[in-house]
Amino acid sequence: MVNDKMGASELPLAGIITESGNSEKFNTGEWRNKRPVHDKEKCKHCMMCILPCPDNATCHKDGVMTGIDYSKCKGCGICASVCPFKAIHMEDEGGND
Amino acid sequence: MSIKERLSGNEAVAYAMKQINPDVVPVYPITPSTEIPQYFSSFVANGTVDTEFVPVESEHSAMSAAIGASAAGARVMSATSSQGLALMYEMLYIASGMRLPIVLTCVNRAISAPINIHNDHSDSMGARDCGFIQLYCETNQEAYDNIIMAVKIAELAKLPVMVCYDGFITSHSVENIELLEDEKVKAFVGEYTPEHYLLNPDEHVSMGPLDLQNYFFEHRKQLADAMTNAKEIIAKVSKEFGDISGRYYDAFESYKLDDAEYGLVVLNSTAGTAKTVVDKLRDKGIKVGLLKPRMFRPMPHKELAESLKHLEAVAVMDKADSVNAMSGPVYTELVTALHKHDVHIPVSNYIYGLGGRDVKATDIEKVFRDILAAKDNKENLNGTFYLGVRE
Repeated sequence: MVNDKMGASELPLAGIITESGNSEKFNTGEWRNKRPVHDKEKCKHCMMCILPCPDNATCHKDGVMTGIDYSKCKGCGICASVCPFKAIHMEDEGGND
Repeated sequence: MSIKERLSGNEAVAYAMKQINPDVVPVYPITPSTEIPQYFSSFVANGTVDTEFVPVESEHSAMSAAIGASAAGARVMSATSSQGLALMYEMLYIASGMRLPIVLTCVNRAISAPINIHNDHSDSMGARDCGFIQLYCETNQEAYDNIIMAVKIAELAKLPVMVCYDGFITSHSVENIELLEDEKVKAFVGEYTPEHYLLNPDEHVSMGPLDLQNYFFEHRKQLADAMTNAKEIIAKVSKEFGDISGRYYDAFESYKLDDAEYGLVVLNSTAGTAKTVVDKLRDKGIKVGLLKPRMFRPMPHKELAESLKHLEAVAVMDKADSVNAMSGPVYTELVTALHKHDVHIPVSNYIYGLGGRDVKATDIEKVFRDILAAKDNKENLNGTFYLGVRE
């Protein structure tokens, strides 16, 4: 596994990736302006937010909505807008001032 | 014993490719390199080689297919000229950036406009910063030899190689040539065994992925280091080739340069004419010499400076113009090399032969006479002149 402390002589040649199934390790959630916040009290685990998420960032296990994967979430707000119980709301990430 | 033959430059290269028997040849015809795929496709049709010949729909596709095949683990060769190389331009950087050892023959021809099919070096000079090794050839023999060496150089350096020679002058003129036996070439190039390749069932790799701010710079540095290291690899492969052929090649050829007072630097076939002029002037007691670069990428800057530093003045002939209101590409790089090694001698630049304009021995003699006379006319030194153009 490479990291950004490695120099030119240590990194695999030409950015070649020598392991498979690695896209999971790629953090694509770095450039979000707003973040969805999941309210466990209000959530009825209806799963309405699961399918519409373009990035599979709304997580569930055994019929229970478990939260948001912020390493994948782009902050599009679809989950917040489809939730029938207003259990997801958007908050400013900050840093825009 | 080597085989005595007489072949054109393109025939010689196609013959070398037959002996190399590459896995994949994706290619699109363009004058004056067309004969290479033409002759080679007959070897494919006759079953003389077992190459996968891919007749693509454009040069962009030719280089794209070459990249795909090379990444898959194949030994790949192609050929082009002029606009064809220009159309490959985007993919040339990808071949080198992905560190794929593709061997590309560039039969030098002018770049349009105006449209012209004859020889100058504006095609390969325009691609000089694309990360390919560039080897330049004076004769058919050198084209044949360099193509064979290029396969090995590319695979050891993990860099693509462009072998350049003059359209029509070299590509279509028949010369005496010494060919190696098939077995010797086969043994010399050996089997290609890439470290990583896409069709390896035991390793799952991704090549050419997105590479952003945290890594791109380091990968470009790897490429820069590979080009620096290629000097030694080229020297080693050239020595090995010399040992089997009797023909030894250096980074450049020096002709009567050691005791010369005035020197000329010129690429490719014009160097042959220039040697005649050097001999003629030497007969008259004028101490002139010639330096003919073979390696242009990587640039043998230290060795160049070392070989030229004793001269009173040097003329650099460029068969391409950088259109920069200053000078041609070989001049610019040679002066940089001299400056880098603290050699400060007058260097004049002659843009010549664009679009295949004939360059005669008398033209080259004029260049020598100019720099000889410039001793007393300093403003002529360091100038850029368009040799024989109608003003």
